[in-house]
Amino acid sequence: MSIGIVQFGGSNCDLDVLHVLKDVLGVDAELVWYKEEDLSRFDGIVVPGGFSYGDYLRAGAIAARTPVMSSIKTLAEAGKPVIGICNGFQILTESGLLDGALTTNNYPKFKCESTLLRVETTDTPFTSKFKKGEVVSIPIAHMEGNFYADEETLSRLEDNGQVAFRYVDKEGKVTDEANPNGSQENIAGIVSAKKNVLGMMPHPERASEEILGSKDGIRIFESMVEFISKN
Amino acid sequence: MQYQADVTIELKSGMLDPEGTTIKRALEHLGYKTDSVKTAKKYTIDLQAENIHDAREIVEQMCQKLIANPIIHNYAISLRELQ
Repeated sequence: MSIGIVQFGGSNCDLDVLHVLKDVLGVDAELVWYKEEDLSRFDGIVVPGGFSYGDYLRAGAIAARTPVMSSIKTLAEAGKPVIGICNGFQILTESGLLDGALTTNNYPKFKCESTLLRVETTDTPFTSKFKKGEVVSIPIAHMEGNFYADEETLSRLEDNGQVAFRYVDKEGKVTDEANPNGSQENIAGIVSAKKNVLGMMPHPERASEEILGSKDGIRIFESMVEFISKN
Repeated sequence: MQYQADVTIELKSGMLDPEGTTIKRALEHLGYKTDSVKTAKKYTIDLQAENIHDAREIVEQMCQKLIANPIIHNYAISLRELQ
């Protein structure tokens, strides 16, 4: 099994993800430069966070149009798991692999803080190691994390069980106070229609070891690794 | 022929514009009452094309493929021939 971690100019969470996959989980993982056009050797892909291309034009817009993306689309169409974290989520929406868009936080400020998320579905390659409705702690760090989709898209996401995570309070309730960025329906992460592509604003790689204050994020990578082993 | 396109990108109506809202509040602190403030971005693109119709077609494609995100943006193109 091998997982590719895509690097663009300006990615900065690539090494954190590599550390979690290789050193914490003991999985074979490799950094991949965005000019690569053939990713067929990988069983899964992580598009990590950062500020690809300085967030010029729009966050994720330029990275979404680089050579490596067509290969990621091919892998995604073949059913392989692809996860985009933070800037990676922005890149996946800009590339059309995921629905919606991520716009400026409702209070236009860079927010770096712990957030509580409710796991909305365990029926994805990334959430099988959770319990449905479980509240987990995974931090955010972004200024453009305000999830937007038109009404029709939103109801499709809800009806198909494509909402993976929502920002909630300690009791697991969806409230405005628990919503750090103004995202519609408190959405923190969604999956594709086939559920093998996940985008999320919170950073699971920053909550994957006890020393970091939370190990909740590791279960996303564990779920992904288990999915790959079984398929 | 050489043409210059001004491309204006703005958020679709009804979308949150936190930057515009912040500017509106700052204007109020200065004593200016406004009904609304919206932000937009303008890109100025110089390009070569056979004629103005081709130039418009090329810039339209640029907007659809990269410059605008059709989920959240409207765009307007204003073109002129450069002498």
